[in-house]
Amino acid sequence: MSEHHGGDAAVAARVRHVESLLEARGLVDAVELDRALEAFLSRSSPATGARVVARAWVDDGFRQRLLTDANAALPEAGASMGGGLQEQRLKVLENTSTAHNVVVCTLCSCYPIAVLGPSPTWYKSEAYRSRVVREPREVLREMGYELPPEVAVTVWDASAETRYLVLPQRPAGTEGLDEAALAALVTRNGMIGVAAV
Amino acid sequence: MAEVFGAGDRVRTARTDPPHHTRLPRYARGAVGTVVEPQGTHPLPDDRSRGLAAEPQLVYTVRFAARELFGTGDHDVTVDVWACHLEGIR
Repeated sequence: MSEHHGGDAAVAARVRHVESLLEARGLVDAVELDRALEAFLSRSSPATGARVVARAWVDDGFRQRLLTDANAALPEAGASMGGGLQEQRLKVLENTSTAHNVVVCTLCSCYPIAVLGPSPTWYKSEAYRSRVVREPREVLREMGYELPPEVAVTVWDASAETRYLVLPQRPAGTEGLDEAALAALVTRNGMIGVAAV
Repeated sequence: MAEVFGAGDRVRTARTDPPHHTRLPRYARGAVGTVVEPQGTHPLPDDRSRGLAAEPQLVYTVRFAARELFGTGDHDVTVDVWACHLEGIR
């Protein structure tokens, strides 16, 4: 896995080969497969996560439900962790003025695709995966985010079946904004925990 | 049989180095942490990856101090650990 792009290409070639074998045996329908993937990915983008975050900022009841049982609360914001594929458990991690959360998958690249879309390349890099658990403040600083020393940092390693989404702090001075305007402020990196919003 | 834990319980991860795939990350082996919560039951990938029957078992989110894992650092790391990789500390 040290040569990331080479690894991706090799895996992609294997997946294509397996797919063609399944199609040749009539076990999957290529058109149906494309349609399912397209439908899943069309609903899966950082805009989905941003909608969830903005709702949590304006609706405290929703925020509580989201932190308690994210899968049950997501439909209120027009999102879900299913989307035609197997539903995964989502845990939402709330950033506060004293506690900051960062997400990683050190073993591979587990990521909440249903609410954030495909993961960014750096998230899958050996450097991020191996370093952020050991020195999160340094890694975040290199990414342009300086955390005050008094803020406690927790790094969440998605080593099993749960996916993690960070609920960033609502930026100051946004009291007058409505939900849609707030959602436009939310970034993918903010929801991974490597940037402020 | 794997023990059952609740939030706040102190646990130690297995000190293991199997010759096959394991979901217990190397950096979190033989480490003492605190259970955050159980997150449901799932078959153990260590067994599934070898084609063995794998009954679903509880998976726990466990919080560790970075100092416990790496000998340095002021942060915490949580790892999701299958029950069979954990033992309780009385």
